[in-house]
Amino acid sequence: MFKKIMTKARMQSPWMLHFDCGSCNGCDIEVLACLTPVYDVERFGIINTGNPMHADIFLVTGTVNHRNQKVLRNLYDQIPDPKVVVAIGACGLTGGIFREAWNVIGGVDKVIPVDVYVPGCPAKPEAIIDGVVLGLEKFRGKAETAESISANDFEEEAPCREK
Amino acid sequence: MQGEVMCISPDNLLGETARMKVERYRFVTLSCVEISETQVEILYHFDREFQLKHLRLTISKDSSVPSISPVYFAAFLVENEIQDLFGIRFHGLVIDYDRTLYLEEDVKTMPFCKYVAVQKTPESNEEKAP
Amino acid sequence: MTKTIIPFGPQHPVLPEPIHLKLTLEDEVITEAIPAFGFVHRGLEKLVEIRDFHQMIYVVERICGICSMLHAMCYCQGIEEMMGIEVPPRARFLRVIWSELHRMHSHLLWLGLFADSFGFESLFMQFWKIREKILDIDEATTGNRIIVSVNVIGGVRKDLGTEQTSMILSALKDVEKELQWLETTIMSDYTVQKRTVGKGILTGKQAYELGLVGPTLRASGVAQDARMLGYAAFGDINFTPVVETDGDCYARCKVRFREVFQSIDLIRQAIGKLPNGEIAVKVKGRPNGEVVTRVEQPRGEVFYYIKANGTKNLERLRVRTPTFANVPALLTMLPGAWLSDVPVIVLSIDPCISCTER
Repeated sequence: MFKKIMTKARMQSPWMLHFDCGSCNGCDIEVLACLTPVYDVERFGIINTGNPMHADIFLVTGTVNHRNQKVLRNLYDQIPDPKVVVAIGACGLTGGIFREAWNVIGGVDKVIPVDVYVPGCPAKPEAIIDGVVLGLEKFRGKAETAESISANDFEEEAPCREK
Repeated sequence: MQGEVMCISPDNLLGETARMKVERYRFVTLSCVEISETQVEILYHFDREFQLKHLRLTISKDSSVPSISPVYFAAFLVENEIQDLFGIRFHGLVIDYDRTLYLEEDVKTMPFCKYVAVQKTPESNEEKAP
Repeated sequence: MTKTIIPFGPQHPVLPEPIHLKLTLEDEVITEAIPAFGFVHRGLEKLVEIRDFHQMIYVVERICGICSMLHAMCYCQGIEEMMGIEVPPRARFLRVIWSELHRMHSHLLWLGLFADSFGFESLFMQFWKIREKILDIDEATTGNRIIVSVNVIGGVRKDLGTEQTSMILSALKDVEKELQWLETTIMSDYTVQKRTVGKGILTGKQAYELGLVGPTLRASGVAQDARMLGYAAFGDINFTPVVETDGDCYARCKVRFREVFQSIDLIRQAIGKLPNGEIAVKVKGRPNGEVVTRVEQPRGEVFYYIKANGTKNLERLRVRTPTFANVPALLTMLPGAWLSDVPVIVLSIDPCISCTER
């Protein structure tokens, strides 16, 4: 019961963490543009946080290179479950125009699992908001799965299966 | 290329840059170009009231170049970058990242060199900046 | 007293981009700051080996999304100079219009982030609201909000009709009005001054000797602006660089704020003098030789060194971006500052890390 309320609350006000992972800034400023007037996602309760421990949705822009993959992995691990990763921009999906550059590994999905892909170079704020909304649907799915698993555990008195 | 170009050798590099400093030239940047399998060319760009002046230094890849960062502090960043990307060693750097500005510690290749076959890696790693 | 080392970044709420600073502290005062890079390094300069010189325009545009148009403009100017191409006058004026629009959106972005760095969030929102108007102009005239991609070698890709120029002028009128409303906040607000006046002081001599560029240099009283070179159509319109003399964070803020008004003026002049005619010439042949070009970006002067050998691929492309030149300023300003002032001082040079590392 309590978990259901938690899931609902999280769905109503998801907090997001944004990490620039070697992008050209184009997508980053569009992510920020989503938070400012005109687009203003804060009216839906979406808040940008600087702390990965507070976040539900992880927005990643740009390609992964040899140095920042550790930072990316680290941030991903710190976000509590359930979590949704949204990769933004052509270079976040596949490497885009940079895919042949020597220090580029490729898209974000080479390092962490990605749930939603938002294309565009740079992706428009409308597309990013759309991606976050899609991500929320996945988030609900993940939260419900986690809930049913832990509920079953409780009934059968099995040892807690931490994900 | 706009601006005056002057060819120099590693011996008078520091003297020439010190002269530039006295003449109130500002440091712009260095450009490193690989010109053959064994040689690279380093261009030192300076500017004074939009008048450019370039020093052209041609050296072999395994040699070590005196750093101009004691004269022009701003040069340390680009010298570290060349150190990373071309494997050219600079000695006397004010802040030496020791080839970790862009690269991870375990990388021993020179990413910007076209002729990868050059077997200079062990040597150039030995002669680290003092 | 014991020394503490505090890492700042790469993921930090104030920074939109990953840069790492290792700050050595004594009590709350910084004694040493060492930056670490490499989180955004992609190695774009090396892409010249697989992309031909026309395709490289799209690569240099993506060195940095905020000043993409100016990167492409600098690159095209270099290739044009190398190949002896005369750019049509209309194209030169159109380049001025788009480059100044880019400068405006970059400066408004910075002013917002700067306000955010000292906790003035409503000012941040106000600046970004105004900025959306500039992006609307970009979208209406070129089809994209950020990476406008209008430059080609030999001219520009898009033309402006009279309808569009009058739309730009009326939008700029609104922008100017809203900015004048914010002028009192920036120029006389107690909060802004309390957090920025006297922080991170650089004297004119220091700034000149460190080889700084752009607003960081001009805030210290040195009137150096690459637009004085008269590239594109800047030679045909009235231009005097904006200079402040205090050399602190507040002076840098004022330089950028005044430059937004200056850009509005430059766009008006360029639209007023916009000549008729072609917008691009056909390009034949391949570049050969060496060339250096400079363009004034929002953050300062960008320097391109291009070497070509007569084939379709360039031999070397070297980009010295403004933030690359301004990083030494950080190492000079931070020692002696309070830890709580670090975000303000770091942001005052308008760091663009994707430019710096390429």
